[in-house]
This record gives sequence, structure tokens and C-alpha cells, in this order.
Amino acid sequence: MAHDDTSGTDVAAFSSGADGVSNSAGRAVEPSAASGGLAVITSDALADPGVPPHRKRVTDLDPKKARTAQRTVYTLFYLSIAGSIFAVAAYMAFPINADDPGSVRLNTVFLGLGITLALMGIGIGAVHWAKSLMHDEEGVDIRHPVRSSDDTRARAVEIFHEGNVESGIGRRSLIRNSLIGALVAFPLPAVILFRGLGPQNENPAELLSHTMWKAGARLTLDPSGLPIKAADVTIGSAFHIIPEGLNDAHDRLEQKAKAAVLLMRVNPSDLNVSAGRENWNYDGIVAYSKICTHVGCPVALFEQQTHHLLCPCHQSTFDVDNECAVIFGPAKRALPQLPITVDGEGYLIAQSDFLEPVGPSFWERS
Amino acid sequence: MARTSKKANRRHPLATVVLIAIGLAFTGGGYALFSSTATADTSTATSQATVEEGSKLFAANCATCHGMNLEGTTAGPSLLGVGAASVDFQVGTGRMPLAMQGPQAMQKPVQFTEEQTAALSAYVASLSPGPSIPTDSQLTENGNATNGGELFRINCAMCHNVAGAGGALTEGKFAPELTGVESKYIYEAMLTGPQNMPVFNDHNITPEDKRDIITYLKYIQNNPSPGGFELGNLGPVAEGLFIWIFGIGAVVALTVWLTAKSN
Repeated sequence: MAHDDTSGTDVAAFSSGADGVSNSAGRAVEPSAASGGLAVITSDALADPGVPPHRKRVTDLDPKKARTAQRTVYTLFYLSIAGSIFAVAAYMAFPINADDPGSVRLNTVFLGLGITLALMGIGIGAVHWAKSLMHDEEGVDIRHPVRSSDDTRARAVEIFHEGNVESGIGRRSLIRNSLIGALVAFPLPAVILFRGLGPQNENPAELLSHTMWKAGARLTLDPSGLPIKAADVTIGSAFHIIPEGLNDAHDRLEQKAKAAVLLMRVNPSDLNVSAGRENWNYDGIVAYSKICTHVGCPVALFEQQTHHLLCPCHQSTFDVDNECAVIFGPAKRALPQLPITVDGEGYLIAQSDFLEPVGPSFWERS
Repeated sequence: MARTSKKANRRHPLATVVLIAIGLAFTGGGYALFSSTATADTSTATSQATVEEGSKLFAANCATCHGMNLEGTTAGPSLLGVGAASVDFQVGTGRMPLAMQGPQAMQKPVQFTEEQTAALSAYVASLSPGPSIPTDSQLTENGNATNGGELFRINCAMCHNVAGAGGALTEGKFAPELTGVESKYIYEAMLTGPQNMPVFNDHNITPEDKRDIITYLKYIQNNPSPGGFELGNLGPVAEGLFIWIFGIGAVVALTVWLTAKSN
């Protein structure tokens, strides 16, 4: 047991019998010797109940029990050895075969079981050893004050003063200031280099406001990129759409994250079209951004009887009949609609880009 | 002596497997021959008798809601143009006849025999054209599972879960799980869009792509998950609950044991 140098009498051991009075350690606890620190001492505080009487363990009283405990502990350690060997054997006996996913499962299960047995054997054995067989003494360490002695504090101030005088850093201001300047300038290259890793000359608000869609761009199937004829979209259909040429774009995933569209066809008489959007749909075929206006999950759970679109992340629900107005959930804005029409060959094309930024809000969104 | 008996023992399971394979091949082949000849026979003689039979069944079981001429009533939609595939799916999986009105038609024990279902399908298809029941050649499960997986994740996974475990929709509706569903019904569901499921016609997902999706579904159904217990493949809810109960439970139990005084 480590004794503390500053407070001298802060350690006492309680290893007595049923009488509860410390006698083997020779010294009683002297709480007054330790500083109370910032603790508030109330006048009507309850008396310290002290330490409960020491109770001997069965392994202290009965040598037979002690032998049993000893046997348990070394059995656990032997089990740990067996577990380690089993893990090595399992690794060889159940190799991972690239063509068989089941082999990965067998490999990890048996390897894991072996390693678990190895570690748990050591851990449980060690704890059981400590609890049942190791010396059963309860000790108390009293907390000592954190403040250094006055001598130490005075010496510390003196060291700083000596350093100042000997180096002359307070006196030679030109050296001091140029050193501070050099230290400030030193991290600058790192800042510039790291900034160079990020996007250059791009305005994030501008990037978020536009997608790959442009006038005349064909609506194509995700993932094949094949164009779609209006006649192929039957009522009740849901097509997952990417813009023409997306698969060839160098930043395919960034573009897809903004330009993904869900194309649906409903009975034209079911649609309530607002003024200015009359020609945005084509005979009941409507195209809406798939990016939720809440936090940007893909909204694609189309219920073809109710014409509701559900976002799986936070259950925002949009009504396709009413231009994807929010009817439930945390989203605040309707899904942006992509104006579509058909070209001369009957393929569906976009009339323009989305007329508002797609996806969740951002600071610069007007 | 012991060696030889051991060897003999080792060969036994293999021999059984081979025997079973041969037996299966024979019976399967025989059945295929038999059934193809049977359908060939019936398809020629089918039409009129089956449609008559279907007409009677329809009038007795379906017309209350769907109308005598498939025109639909306030209680049920029109069946004009739904095709044989739709009838085969709805009746063959036990969703129709409906037990009661509700958020969606539930799967129940199938009410009609295969012949009756076929008769109903033939009757509905005879009144107006629609998607027909897929042929066996469209339902082979030897497609490209990789392509099927990609298509499944794009078109199906948002409702049916990436592992086909199903998921919730709005107001009590749900997308059912796809494990254990017959290939024919998966194909028909894509083709006809039963209830709130959108239609995925052959221009959207081609017959080859549909076969690939079915291949993918059967692949993940027949191959164990490399990660161990799937816990229903429901994602963070099931896994989180498991860790909360068993993981934290184990930590609490160990902590209690660690700090308890040995007796």
C-alpha cells in the first residue's frame, strides 16, 4: 500500500475480525489530518457510520472451499489456453472461400468463439482469483490537497524569473517579436495545402441550385441509361430516372445525388395542376425530384392507389395529386417538379432544369 | 478393418446425395414432361370449358364487389384489363377473396384450387386483354444475380427492404417480405402492381431483368448471411434492440458480479 508523503497519516487498513476495530494496521484513521478541501461542513451532519464489520469469505474459513476455488481458477486458465488453440485450429479448419458466403460465417463464428473463450477465461479466472483467494484486506486512501507547498511555488516563480533574465527574452524585444512572428507564420503552408485539397473556385450555393437537367435532356432509366417513350409508361407505373449522359459524367455520383427523379403516371383527371404548371406533365406522366426536402433521403415509396409518396427516413408524405405537397411529416416544402414533354420520336425529355433548388434547405437558398 | 469401415462411412453420405440427386432428376424430369404434355393437352381444349367454369366461380365469389361484368362497384375496383397475371397473383396467394375491407388485402390461406384459380384467370382474361401469367421459361432462376441486385436496390428496396424483409408504408399499409414467395408471384406482382405497389411493366424492367431480380432474391434467400444472425434483416431497430437487451444486459450482469463481494 503506497503511503502519501504530504499527509502522512492517511492510510489505514481494516483487516480485523468481527469486532470491526482496526488493530492489525496499527493506526486509526485520522480524518482531521486531511484537508476538507471545498466541502461544506454542515453543523447537523450525520455522524460517519464508519466501515461495516469485516466478514470473512467461505474460502478464508473452509480450506476445502479454497481448494475448489483454486481449481476453478486454473481450470478457467486452461480453458483459455484451449480457446486460443481452438481459434488457431478453427482458422485453419474453416477457411474463407470466396465463392461461398457461408464459409465467412463459419470462419468468423468459430474464430470468434475461440478468441472469446481465450479472453473470457483469463478475465473471469483473474477476477475469481482476486475475489475468492487473494488477500482480503480493505484499505482507505485519504485524498491529499492538490496545492503545492509554498516553497515549491516560490521556487517555480524564481525559475521563470531566472529564465527571463538569462535568455533576455524580455529585454531583447526584437528577437522576441521576430520569434513570435516566425511561429505564427510557420503553420500557414499547412493551412494553404489543406485548403488546396478542397473544391476550388466553386460556389456551393450555386452548385446546390442547379442539376444536370437541361432543356431537351432525355429521361433515361436508372441504371441502364436507356431513354423512355411516353407510351411505355402505363398508369400506376413508377420509373426511376436519371438524366441522359449521367453514366458518362466524371462526377456521376455527385450529379446523381441531385438529379435523381421519380417518374409516375396517374390518371390525368386525378391531378390538380396549379396555374403555370399546366404543361409540366405529359398526359398524367409527372416527374418529381427524388431528394426529400427535409434532409435529402430518396423519396421513392410510391403508393399507386393513394398516390402518396413516402420518405422512409422520417415519414414525410407527399401527395402526387397536389404537386407533391407535404401532407405529413417534418418536410416543409413540396418536392420540386421537373417540367417534362416528349420529343419528335416520342421519348420523354425535360423542358428545363428544376426551377428551384432540389433537396434540403441551405443558408443561401432564397 | 477399422480403416475400411471408416472409409465406408465416409462414402455413405456422398452416395446418398448422389442417389437423391438422381432420384430428383428422374422424378423432376418426369414431372416436367408430364406437366408440359398436360398443359399442351389442356391449352388446346381449355378455352371454352375453363372460361365457363371461371364465369360461374366469378359470379359466385367475386361479382359482389367487382360487378357481374368486371366493371367494379363502390366496394371493389374494376377488373377490366387487369389480366390473368393479376388474378393468379391475388387469388393464388390468398389475398382475394377479401375477408374484410382494410388498409390492404392480407395474405390468407388460399381459397381456391389451382384449377379454379386458372379458370378464374382465364375468365377475366377472356373479357379484356391484360398481362398474362408468366411461362416457366420466364421464371428460371439462373439469371444474373448481380444485375438483379442492382435493379432490386434501385426499384424495390426502398419499400421491400434491401434484403427483401419487407417494410412499413403509410396508414397501416406495408410492403410484404419477399423471402419464401414463389417466383411466379414475384413476377406477377412486378408486372401487375397489386394494391399499392407500382406497376413495373416490361419497358421499365424487361423480362430478363425480372428474371435477374428473382435470381437475386432466391440467391439471398438460399445463401446464409456472411455476417451471422440476420435478426430479421430489419436493420438498426432489431439490431439495436438486441444489443440493448443482451449486450447491455451482459455488461450489467458482469459489473454486478465484478463488484459483488465473494461469499
